[in-house]
Amino acid sequence: MSAEKIMILGVNHKTAPVEIRERLAFTNDPGTPYRELTVIPGCEEFCFLSTCNRVEVLFVSSTPEETERKIRDFLFNKSMSYEEAGRYVYLHQGEAAIQHLFRVGASLDSMIVGEPQILGQLKQAYRDASEQNVTGMILNRLLHKAFSVAKRIRTETEIGSSAVSISYAAVELAKKIFGNLKNKRAMLVGAGEMAELAAQHLMNQGVAEVIVANRTFERAVNLARCFNGKAVSLDELIPQLEYVDILISSTGSPDIILHSSDVKPLMRQRRNRPLLLIDIAVPRDLDPKLNGLENVYLYGIDDLNNVVDINKAERDKEAVRAERIVTEETLKFMLWLGSMEVTPTIVAIREKADTIRKAELERTLPGLSSLSDKEKQAIEKMTSAMMNKILHHPIVFLKKEDDSHKDKKVKLVLIRKFFNLDSENSD
Amino acid sequence: MGYLLFQITLFAYILASAAYMVYFWSQRKKVRTTARGILIGSGLLHTVYLIVRFIEAGHTPLTNHHEAVSFFAWSLTWGYLSFHWRYNVRNFGSFVSPLITTLMLIATFSSREIMPLPPALKSAWLPVHASIAIMANGFLALAFCGGIMYLLQERELKKKRFGLFYTRLPSLEALDNLNNHCLAVGFPLLTLGIITGSIWAKQTWGAYWQWDPKETWSLITWFLYAGLLHQRFTVGWRGRRAAIMTIIGFSAAMFTLWGVTYLLGGIHSYVG
Repeated sequence: MSAEKIMILGVNHKTAPVEIRERLAFTNDPGTPYRELTVIPGCEEFCFLSTCNRVEVLFVSSTPEETERKIRDFLFNKSMSYEEAGRYVYLHQGEAAIQHLFRVGASLDSMIVGEPQILGQLKQAYRDASEQNVTGMILNRLLHKAFSVAKRIRTETEIGSSAVSISYAAVELAKKIFGNLKNKRAMLVGAGEMAELAAQHLMNQGVAEVIVANRTFERAVNLARCFNGKAVSLDELIPQLEYVDILISSTGSPDIILHSSDVKPLMRQRRNRPLLLIDIAVPRDLDPKLNGLENVYLYGIDDLNNVVDINKAERDKEAVRAERIVTEETLKFMLWLGSMEVTPTIVAIREKADTIRKAELERTLPGLSSLSDKEKQAIEKMTSAMMNKILHHPIVFLKKEDDSHKDKKVKLVLIRKFFNLDSENSD
Repeated sequence: MGYLLFQITLFAYILASAAYMVYFWSQRKKVRTTARGILIGSGLLHTVYLIVRFIEAGHTPLTNHHEAVSFFAWSLTWGYLSFHWRYNVRNFGSFVSPLITTLMLIATFSSREIMPLPPALKSAWLPVHASIAIMANGFLALAFCGGIMYLLQERELKKKRFGLFYTRLPSLEALDNLNNHCLAVGFPLLTLGIITGSIWAKQTWGAYWQWDPKETWSLITWFLYAGLLHQRFTVGWRGRRAAIMTIIGFSAAMFTLWGVTYLLGGIHSYVG
């Protein structure tokens, strides 16, 4: 199979500002991409990944350029021209696409290199895609490979050891503002995985109390219980701010939930104690103007990037090792893809059978010392003929031309499994 | 003998500042230990110099510009070292030691000649008033350094450009506390300096207050700091605003020390 059929189209924190990313996230209706992308002609398989920092479509198409154009139009919802959108997107094809996917899964392309959340998000994206029945042979194997590459990198390098994540960066900032986090109070607005992680980090730093505010109160209560904290409703957000020192917001709200004018009068009641606001939501929850208030420090997702850049050098060394693993695994996958054609498969079957035949001959012939060379040649000929006859029908079956494209792939996979041709590659 | 000792002390201070600068860049623990060791050594040498000067002059060596600035540097050194013993504020030394060195250089370039004591200064109040007033300056200078550090750190945090200072300077809260603690010592000393001066004035000139420029300016300084502390306790002024006020207050204190003497004159003018 030609690798050029595999493509990745995406935006991430490096190529597009948060304003663009939040437009592509489809947070309102996560089903949209599946409905819309399935009907794009030529799009044989795809997987849609959407996180705070990236939106990516991985797809397989026999007409990749045209399919890509349609997917891009769908993503940007025709809000900007194809060329204009090109300023924000990246497009990888073939080997580059495979490499990119492996890097994403292993968290080498993350805002915070080595953060563990991306792998879970990629797995979830794959689970969703296979539930919708939009992945096929190529992507199934490719994504499973991406997971195992990520796992390999995690065990063989130290890339994840500093437990880096957005939430970790948030704690770093809190320490630079408050010094000691004991007797500080933190509030989570919105109960997502990221917010939970942040709360966990803050608890480890000895924060006095964690308050959880959420749209669904029940969820808030459950989460608050994990941290021995208290749950409040979202309406209490502003009055609660008087007692809170750190606020981490990650709601799915499409609008800003906290305005500069809400906080300004509060600062006097707070006796100007510093207030750290962290907005990890896409779209944003907190008014950017809040950073202009005295003793209020507001950080968005992109800002947290800079915090972590500081102790990046150390991790970069590990990243080099990780990149080597990615390159290696990409090559392996390319080899597998190349073998996914009829001719190489036939060659592989024949080679495999021939190896077995030769090995058996070598074991048997030395025991039959009474045989003449002529007789030995006859035995060789006979075994060779047997092998050809046994393989004849499977090969004819494989070569049959009247199959549809999809059937051919299924057949290839079946035959390759049948003869155990990929045992080295599958782990 | 006194002169040589002063030169050695100055050299030791320059060395300490250089070591603190190296530490600021490299952040190597060994360098910090060395820098602190040199600074303690310089402080001790300086103490010996002050004693020698006292013996050579035959009176409290706080009567001319050289002596006043040198004593200012001495109080700053020991004020810093005493704080260091109680609070650990990262890289504070890298900001304080250059200030000490600057003061010492100013002292070098002023006349070191020992003059006979003017009759007006022949009083037991001389060592009390002058040393308290200058020691107050020492602590106010520490607050000033803390204020500058606060503004640098705050700037990086607000602008979200995490550069040179972000990793090296302590947290905003630590710097704000430092500011508060320095003023908690410096402000009472300043108050005491003004009160003792006023009592001494009554004894010598027959009036507690004469609106001499130095008196006026020390009162202005006092009001600036009093205002800051008042606001801190009532409405919780802190952080950036407090840091700026500390810097303004210190500028006023420095004007009282130098500006008044050289620009405005008045009865205090024999003292630096």
